[in-house]
Amino acid sequence: MNRLKNKKFIDKIITFFIIIVAYVVTDVLNNMGMVPSLISGLLVSFCTYSIIAVALNLVVGISGELSLGHAGFMCIGAFSSAIFTRYMKFLGVENIYIFIIAIIIGALVSALFGFLIGIPVLRLKGDYLAIVTLAFGEIIKNIFNAIYLGYDENGFHVTLKSASALKLKEGGFFIIKGPQGITGAPRYSTFLIATILLFICVFVIYNLIDQKTGRAIMALRDNRIAGESIGLNVTKYKLIAFTISAAFAGIAGVLYAHNFHTLTASTKNFGYNMSITILVFVVLGGMGNIRGSIISVVVLTILPEILRGLEGYRMLIYAIVLIVVMIFTNSPFVINYRKNLKLKFNKAKGVKHE
Amino acid sequence: MSNEIVLNVNSLSISFGGLKAVSDFNIDIKKKEIYGLIGPNGAGKTTVFNLLTGVYKPEAGEILLCGENIVGLDCVSINKKGIARTFQNIRLFSNMSVIDNVKVALNEHYKYNTLQGILRLRKYFECEKKMDEEANNLLKVFSIDDLANVTATNLPYGKQRKLEIARALATRPKLLLLDEPAAGMNENETKELMETILKVRDEFDMTILLIEHDMKLVKGICERLTVLNFGKVLSSGNTNDVLNDKEVIKAYLGD
Repeated sequence: MNRLKNKKFIDKIITFFIIIVAYVVTDVLNNMGMVPSLISGLLVSFCTYSIIAVALNLVVGISGELSLGHAGFMCIGAFSSAIFTRYMKFLGVENIYIFIIAIIIGALVSALFGFLIGIPVLRLKGDYLAIVTLAFGEIIKNIFNAIYLGYDENGFHVTLKSASALKLKEGGFFIIKGPQGITGAPRYSTFLIATILLFICVFVIYNLIDQKTGRAIMALRDNRIAGESIGLNVTKYKLIAFTISAAFAGIAGVLYAHNFHTLTASTKNFGYNMSITILVFVVLGGMGNIRGSIISVVVLTILPEILRGLEGYRMLIYAIVLIVVMIFTNSPFVINYRKNLKLKFNKAKGVKHE
Repeated sequence: MSNEIVLNVNSLSISFGGLKAVSDFNIDIKKKEIYGLIGPNGAGKTTVFNLLTGVYKPEAGEILLCGENIVGLDCVSINKKGIARTFQNIRLFSNMSVIDNVKVALNEHYKYNTLQGILRLRKYFECEKKMDEEANNLLKVFSIDDLANVTATNLPYGKQRKLEIARALATRPKLLLLDEPAAGMNENETKELMETILKVRDEFDMTILLIEHDMKLVKGICERLTVLNFGKVLSSGNTNDVLNDKEVIKAYLGD
């Protein structure tokens, strides 16, 4: 009994340890100027994508539902928080507390939408669920791409038509200017804050898995009919997983929004491409493997940057690396080969000891 | 044996398309009884189980569990009312450990909420400790407690069957339904299973309704039987009487 508890516990501790060590080492090296600018510019992105990959892992790996709309939740978190911070900046308030409130806003709004979208979507199964989440993700992105939000002495104005349709009075300003998005949201996202948020995310999801709610979520993934036969409410547990996942996707969005000067809801940022990229992180890191998701984010984010020198061949090599890693981690042949190798290695070690 | 009736089913019927899968099915099971439901393949035995557990809604008839009508409730509510089951083809939570398979079935009986679990408050540790104890005790009854940390899918077949029964018992049911518990077992395993079923009845004061093709097991532990053929009750009563019934022999062996 205790052995298993310990195994889960040790797994958790190792992950926390890796995050902290990675942060400290990178930060020290960064201060000494030993980190290439190429990577130091990516530090917040590592955390942002790690958070959303871990969040998606909760839905795909732990809950067993394929969601292709997580970039949409990231988009909601990004815009809802940036609207708030941009407005606060207009009022002349810019400090860390504003950012903390923004994080909470991003998480809550995204969780709310996760909950509302989850109610109809989670009644579907498998491929159908994937397609519908994909559609919702696109809808969300397109709405933020089309919306105009402005503020003047008469308060807030919203329209989907055009900038002039807002009829802002003099002294007013645009918060969201259609496809141009939000400009000038404060750049609050630092490597430290991003790491803390990643830490919280990992902490919450590990502790969610290793408790009765998490067990119910995994049980329903393994066998829905048996789960119902022992009294587990399918909708309830799927919704819990989906909502918590959406909340962390929202937090990733908050980090994303406050990492750059401008925030646009373009296809590149929040489109289905992004959702697929996040899914690649999760699948490559291993379904249900939290630490794996984070490691695969770091590797797959650095890789294209390192390969930049190869220009035209860059994405080709990226794709080949993906294929090789997938085969190496998932092909039964290679898994057996690795097992044998491990056995041999252990034997060799055993002989040495004697 | 007391005379308290746990399950009372009256004129239960369902049809799929034009086929009357089960018609006018009656049964009453007393507390602590081991009751057998037998019949040739396709007679509608598993359909009866699915009706009792809410997978299908009956077209007519009533199902009284300890006097309360449970017709029309869904699987989840019926389990909460006190019927637990196992499946003909084993359905475990295959990627979870043996003990987690049982603990997840205890969910309803230990109250702490998700947030208390995430923040690891005292309530979490208290409940988890009690859950571990209860799950371990259940595993001990089936002598699979030494395998508590093994992933369920890696268990040998006979032990998977046992784990499924342990999981069903963890929901603390009033009535346990076993769908072909001895299917695919050899003679020794069947013998062991019979002892286990008797042990479950005695230790948990459990009422058990089981579907079985293995006549040794049926003769060995069932006190009463109902025989189904083409969705209709062919015969019911004490095991020996039923098995010597001419109609029953005809249904099984032909004319």
